[in-house]
Amino acid sequence: MKTIINILLLFFFITSESHANENLNNKILKNLRCLVCQGQTVQDSNSEFALIIKSVVKDKIKEGNSEKEIYQFLSEKFGDWILLNPPFKKNSYLLWFLPYLLFILGIILLFFLLKKPKIRSKE
Amino acid sequence: MRKINYIIISILFSFLFIILYSSLDNERIYNTKDLIGKKISQVEINLFQSNETINTEEFINNEFTILNFWASWCAPCRKEHPNLVRLSKIKNIKLVGVNIKDNVESAKSFLKENGNPFDILAEDKNGKNSVNFGVYGIPETILIDSELKILKKYIGPLNIKDVNEIRKLVKK
Repeated sequence: MKTIINILLLFFFITSESHANENLNNKILKNLRCLVCQGQTVQDSNSEFALIIKSVVKDKIKEGNSEKEIYQFLSEKFGDWILLNPPFKKNSYLLWFLPYLLFILGIILLFFLLKKPKIRSKE
Repeated sequence: MRKINYIIISILFSFLFIILYSSLDNERIYNTKDLIGKKISQVEINLFQSNETINTEEFINNEFTILNFWASWCAPCRKEHPNLVRLSKIKNIKLVGVNIKDNVESAKSFLKENGNPFDILAEDKNGKNSVNFGVYGIPETILIDSELKILKKYIGPLNIKDVNEIRKLVKK
């Protein structure tokens, strides 16, 4: 009985780990740009380049590399252009803060536009 | 009050105009600018049709090393081959050819037909090792110095202009 439970536990452990690896693999591939394609991710592409990267990512996950380490490796080899999610760096500050800045400016603008002038309401 | 609205709207528009105008010049295709000055990975490369390997660390012994990634099935590789032969005549450059995802016999006959300019001939049967050098298509050529730093990376076939540029770069 004990052996059966151990086998089942081992089976459960192996399948859950491979499922987690597959999820991580898909997540990473979706965040990588296919350098030889037009606006496609590595995940969506079947180009020679994408197939090699898919295989490399799979190997890296098997070797126990984390998501961050894999991105770092690929960005070292191909530059940040391969990452669809640009890293937070000095030259990408504007890219990260621009939407918030525009949002705040928009709120200020709306505030002034919707605010009725007091003098007119008195009249 | 209207004045403030006008000011905010004009700030927003001028801001957007600057962003859009400056992005007109931005390149939307992959380039290798980021890789210049970086060290190449220390990896083992299999020698062509041999059980032996060569570690990239050994390139320290060369004044300059050129890594050329090629295959016999790649038409642009055939086009650039005479330029590799030209580069092979430069004494302070060691030329390393990495044959990628190729048929052994085709690769051999390619070199027999066009000449073998390589000091070291290596192979990457599944193309995975080439990722360590940031190769995403062939032909690609990387010029490195004795500190293993990338001086120049050429994507696509080398032309005579590139050969002259390399000549200048390796000139003492």
